[in-house]
Amino acid sequence: MTTAATDRRSGVSGWSGRAIAGLVLTIFVFFFLIPVVWLLLATTKSARGLIVGAPFAPGRPGDLATNWHQLFSFQDGAVTTWIGNSAMYAVGALVITLVASIPAGYAVALTEFRFRRTLLVLTLIVMLIPNTALVLPIFLELNSVGLIGSPLSVILPLSFFPFGVYLTYIYFSTSIPRDLLAAARIDGCSELQVFTRVALPLAAPIVALVAFFSFVQSWNNFYLPFVMLPSSDGYPIQVGLTSLLASTPAFNPSSAGGQSVQLPTLALATVISVLPVLIVFLFAQRFLVAGMTAGGTKE
Amino acid sequence: MRAVRTSYLFVALYTALTVAFGILPALYAMYLAVTDAAGGFAGLTNFTRVVGDFRFGPAATHVAYFLLIWLVALVVLVTVLAIVVHAVRLRWLSSTLRLVFYLPGALAGASSVLLWLFLLDPTASPIGGLLRLFGLSSFVQVIGPAHLPPIFAVIAFWTGAGGWIVIMYGALNNISAEVVEAARIDGASAMQIAWRIQLPMLRKWISYMGIMSLAAGTQLFVEPQLLSQASNAVVPNDYSLNQLAYQYAFQQNDFNGAAAISLLLLLVALALSAVFVLRGGLFERD
Repeated sequence: MTTAATDRRSGVSGWSGRAIAGLVLTIFVFFFLIPVVWLLLATTKSARGLIVGAPFAPGRPGDLATNWHQLFSFQDGAVTTWIGNSAMYAVGALVITLVASIPAGYAVALTEFRFRRTLLVLTLIVMLIPNTALVLPIFLELNSVGLIGSPLSVILPLSFFPFGVYLTYIYFSTSIPRDLLAAARIDGCSELQVFTRVALPLAAPIVALVAFFSFVQSWNNFYLPFVMLPSSDGYPIQVGLTSLLASTPAFNPSSAGGQSVQLPTLALATVISVLPVLIVFLFAQRFLVAGMTAGGTKE
Repeated sequence: MRAVRTSYLFVALYTALTVAFGILPALYAMYLAVTDAAGGFAGLTNFTRVVGDFRFGPAATHVAYFLLIWLVALVVLVTVLAIVVHAVRLRWLSSTLRLVFYLPGALAGASSVLLWLFLLDPTASPIGGLLRLFGLSSFVQVIGPAHLPPIFAVIAFWTGAGGWIVIMYGALNNISAEVVEAARIDGASAMQIAWRIQLPMLRKWISYMGIMSLAAGTQLFVEPQLLSQASNAVVPNDYSLNQLAYQYAFQQNDFNGAAAISLLLLLVALALSAVFVLRGGLFERD
């Protein structure tokens, strides 16, 4: 450890370089962290405490309970429904995405077939198409087959995930030696077996990565469900947040009344809306980094 | 022969999804863009109509200004931060830093916009003092027209940069330790290693980040949409091009105009990203 550090500093940059690096890191740690910390603290405060109290002083458990109660009694428990919807859309899309994109990325990276390059280029091109540019046409398309308002109108478009295919393609084309597959073929594996017995076991990191990105993207998607789902019953939590925002007098003075939402309650809603993604990330972080570093090199 | 058939099997489901939710909708948008409401051929009239709309110019300018700030910040800062974090030798510190940078990524979409609504409202904001220091004492002042592009750039950077830092960090780990070690023995400084070895190796990923971010950035929708809602339309609901397309579709029931805007957005994104693709060598295999 010490020798490595000494080696590192033997260059021109020396301690001043390290000081600048440290300063940059500190600034950005604050930039990224402060909003999150403040948001978590805000959920434990009363509406008045949020405005008059010190920003980084913790609130009281009692206020958190009040905010919790206010949030989950909003429109007779709409928030619970929205969270359930989000889970259904995200998990449904995740499963279909994996089944579709892992084999496809593998095939494009390591096998030869007539439309391989076409599919690769198409994947990149479609990946570049702003999602929202396709949302309205998809809306009309699904409208003609009567799927609007159904969970499938959100799940199926979310399952089309070229980014996942591209990540898989990059992974297989840079991290799996072709010789390994050739050896398996010589040993008598069929093409299917080469994939299921050789490539797939080595692909755990990329499966986790694609799953992770797919889940996060689906959970956080706003525009697609915003357009596809006319009824509040079908909203995912992301779209539901707009209903809460519309009922917050601090941002929408006309909404003061029985169903109004206080700022700390809105903060709590924000935290709860991202909690699953946050947990998935914390849980999967090791895996995620492993996926990125899988290429045989040491960390 | 059987090998090829297996390949087709591997790509079958993905191809079906591509056709259903990529190609067909795009073709349909093209069809809508060159027809009128009755389905008759309209030539380019939809395009001239939407571009001539008094709301189009300002919306395009807003998005371009936002993209400029955001992309420059993203490319420069993400690369620098990834290299600096990678140089941190203490394992726990390095992984904690990545976690801290990444964490806001969980708050994409409406959630991060809501959080920033709090931060930008001086009455409740923890940085209210900072805002007042710049003479901004009310929410309406903070979200003045000139401030919006940088505000959206900050929100997008705060949310998205960490993910790219993790990806760049992973790419840096894939650089062979022997290469870096050899350069160091030859007397290369950390700066020279970053410039001569790490940066060229990252090129593919940097251009990839550029493309993805450009595509995402032209979509600017949820940020101005929620800000518009929260400010009682101080921020107009046709601030960005996508909002304008949405207005066309759902307020004016003009799907042809909406499709025309969508296609224009698409064209610009494709043209600009072609530069990234060619320069970044994205299609290079090994």
